[in-house]
Amino acid sequence: MSARDRILGRISRALQHSQPAAIEAHLAAHPRGPLPPRPHDLIARFKERALLLSSDILHADSLAQVPAVLAAYLRERGLPAQGVCWPAFARLEWSSAGLQIQARPAHGQDLVGITGAFCAIAETGTLMTLSGAETQASASLLPETHFAIVQTARIVATMEDSWDLLRKEQQRLPRAINFISGPSRTADIEQTVTLGAHGPYRVVVVLLSS
Amino acid sequence: MQVASIHFKRNATAKLNDENLQQALARLQTRFVGGRAAVIGEIAELEETRTAAAAIRDRVLQNLDQWLSHFEQQATARGATVHWAESGADVNRIVAEIAVRHDVRKAAKSKSMVSEECGLNEALEAQGIEVIETDLGEYILQLAHEAPSHIVAPVVHKNREEISDLFAEKHRLPRKTGISELCREAREILRPQFLAADMGISGANFLIAETGSALIVTNEGNGRLVTTLPRVHVAITGIEKVVPTLEDVSTLLRLLPRSATGQSITNYVSILTGNKGAADHDGPEHFHIILVDNGRSSLLGGEMQPMLRCIRCGACMNHCPVYQNIGGHAYGWVYPGPMGSILTPTFVGLENAPDLPNASTLCGACAAVCPVKIPLPDLLRQLREKQMALGMKPWPERAALKLWSWLALHPAAYALTTKIAVRALFLAGGTEGLLHRLPGASGWTDGRDFPAPQGKTFRERYNRAFRENRHGEKRA
Repeated sequence: MSARDRILGRISRALQHSQPAAIEAHLAAHPRGPLPPRPHDLIARFKERALLLSSDILHADSLAQVPAVLAAYLRERGLPAQGVCWPAFARLEWSSAGLQIQARPAHGQDLVGITGAFCAIAETGTLMTLSGAETQASASLLPETHFAIVQTARIVATMEDSWDLLRKEQQRLPRAINFISGPSRTADIEQTVTLGAHGPYRVVVVLLSS
Repeated sequence: MQVASIHFKRNATAKLNDENLQQALARLQTRFVGGRAAVIGEIAELEETRTAAAAIRDRVLQNLDQWLSHFEQQATARGATVHWAESGADVNRIVAEIAVRHDVRKAAKSKSMVSEECGLNEALEAQGIEVIETDLGEYILQLAHEAPSHIVAPVVHKNREEISDLFAEKHRLPRKTGISELCREAREILRPQFLAADMGISGANFLIAETGSALIVTNEGNGRLVTTLPRVHVAITGIEKVVPTLEDVSTLLRLLPRSATGQSITNYVSILTGNKGAADHDGPEHFHIILVDNGRSSLLGGEMQPMLRCIRCGACMNHCPVYQNIGGHAYGWVYPGPMGSILTPTFVGLENAPDLPNASTLCGACAAVCPVKIPLPDLLRQLREKQMALGMKPWPERAALKLWSWLALHPAAYALTTKIAVRALFLAGGTEGLLHRLPGASGWTDGRDFPAPQGKTFRERYNRAFRENRHGEKRA
């Protein structure tokens, strides 16, 4: 008898019943729990919450404007102008904005990572990213500065709304879903919040209004 | 981890006199109790949400075997390997076998309290596998060869000065004193370790039955690193951590970080499903999930079952007046505070932790803040009743309770005894109205004076007030 059988046997003896039907019904219905009131303005709410998480917010009217907007942000803070991006942004005019951006997965030494997002969540000011061949998880994780380009139309109210979107648009879950809420942080030393633990020191959301 | 709960009283006394610890605990109270209070009200329907969260956890526990089987089926379908461990020793053996199979020399680990139950690091090191803790708090503890004293803030008992000294000694770098400098130093020391590790080891805050996924909440990003970079990822978690659906987990995530650290959401919530795809650049080639019993199934079907709802937020210990004064180490095992005072005796035996169910004032603060409404004081009282029934209490306590129960059942004798006692204590209190010593209650009077009763018994005063009141009514 395997450990699996012994553990499951102990559980079913202790519970003395078995209701596969109840499980199937709950999985099929996947009901939502109590939800917060829906904000009138999803974009305003997202911005307010993202700023509370110490994210920065930039605006661009079109994708073509993004390189200049990013370059200005980096220049103002004296940050390096080299980095990596997701393949979807490979064709942007990075070099004419004075940036050297390569479309490849991030390495440990890369200082700037540029990604998109599957959607963003207004309730908490959170980005939702899905891993994949074209959407590498490392670009939002290893660099010290993470830019995420998000279309304002992709801001949803709650995490529950993001599941609806995911079920509609994807056949199945990607290997990794990462909800990102501001720069990495730790409060392990004297419970004092310090930004930039193992992940980025800065998370910059670039809101695209087109 | 060795169980040292038998020495609770001795250790608690030492902790009360540890000045650094007392300062650290005061800080914890400000940040975590204050932090929770500041954000918990963001949830508009708080009570409704707590009730829903408790119901989600109960739904799983009521059919735990079914949910586990469903989880296993979904996880396996996506290419993960699911292992079952009955004990801590099983966990250590399974992880070591995985390491050998995949030729692992170095493992990077994010925080896992279940692995603390097993003593996993020592077991792997004995097999020649290097293990590096990467959560900043756990990394500090690994350098110092100490155990965590809090399930969320493991190194709460150490101050900045101690950590500065430790880093200077172990890293052989110039001593730094700023908190952000210390964090930067740890980041730079640990980054190459993440990149070089063959295996990542993590816990899992939840397992999602619907999708066969493991969910991890972290702030530092180390949880993402150890589950993204190494070739092999092993997630170790308790069998009770299953949650049915993505919607259910969303409800729990409104409560978990707010209750734990006063955050509306943690920096990262990662949901990991299966191995990396053929075209993927990152992610592990092999994903192993270890489902750990180690005593948990013995709580099912009994009065302690509600304890299995626990989502390990730590709010009960942050709000506990006992934890706030002695910290986590005195409890003698992995889990401190009220949740630990229930889990430790039920996992390792009441006889090995006889003081823990009594290390509570039953003030109810823990139950008031518990996000999944575990009736912690009731469970502690049930453990005390069990101790009494098993004859585990010392004879003076048993005799005193017997006497009290006889008096309580004989009202006239009770009235007479309290009348005499109140008057005797009043006289003994003298002009100060304080008792410096009280036979049989030195535990109280060693630390502070006992205020002497200053009048008649409650019943005498109540009867008098009642009579006067009725008299007054008649006249009117």
